[in-house]
Amino acid sequence: MSTFYFIAFLSIFFSILVITAKNPVHSILYLILTFFTFTIHYILLNAQFLAIVNFIVYMGAILVLFLYTLMLINLNKDSEPVKPFMVKVAGVFGGGILAVALTSSLKLVAASNPVVLQDPNLGLVKNLGKVLFNEFLLPFEVSSVLLLSAMVGAVLLATKDPKTAA
Amino acid sequence: MESLSNTIHAVPLNHYILLSAIIFSIGVIGVLIRRNAIVIFMSVELMLNAVNLLLTAFSVYRGDATGQVFVFFIMALAAAEVAIGLAIIVMIYRNTNSIDINVLNRLKW
Repeated sequence: MSTFYFIAFLSIFFSILVITAKNPVHSILYLILTFFTFTIHYILLNAQFLAIVNFIVYMGAILVLFLYTLMLINLNKDSEPVKPFMVKVAGVFGGGILAVALTSSLKLVAASNPVVLQDPNLGLVKNLGKVLFNEFLLPFEVSSVLLLSAMVGAVLLATKDPKTAA
Repeated sequence: MESLSNTIHAVPLNHYILLSAIIFSIGVIGVLIRRNAIVIFMSVELMLNAVNLLLTAFSVYRGDATGQVFVFFIMALAAAEVAIGLAIIVMIYRNTNSIDINVLNRLKW
């Protein structure tokens, strides 16, 4: 039980560091740590397939993509723009209002039951695969089209136009 | 595995909702206070992950695997979204030599 609260504290701590770090590279490294704590959350919920996918897709693919982009566009310190102080205060105030509204609406709900794992096989690959390829076969195939079109779009956007580049 | 799943027995569902709400709000604040396009993008990822965690917690709470399948689809969507978004950021940087989002206010009209 205390493991959850410790990991939850780490998640919140690292995600605050993500948005406050001055250097974007530090932000990405903190984001990797945040995603690692999310992987631990999934393991605690016994969602083993999601833990592995989170580990490979988010920490492996997406964050490496972020790091590569940051490396490509070669930011130096003085190009980092800073918002005016009042805008920052207003942003934190607005986000804080959202957090208060979300959490105080929880108060209306009576004390909830603890999260109990009824079926230990719930998050395993075997069980998820059966659900995915029976009920969700069509969305699964459509998502492959989505990934293909995203890949084509990314290549099309990021390559230089030969007519304008010359 | 038994000891691991025993550790979550005492955690109420409300605390998972609370954690996700806080991390989602942190993502919103990050979008509002930063001007670096890549950091704003990372805040969006933070929000997506908060939702993923909440969906998984609800899925375990209800004993229904559908929530975890949804998380799987959200992860596929996030991968596509990051690829397109970073390509757009690279293109913006090539055209304006900056990733300050305030440079993009000319898109308004």
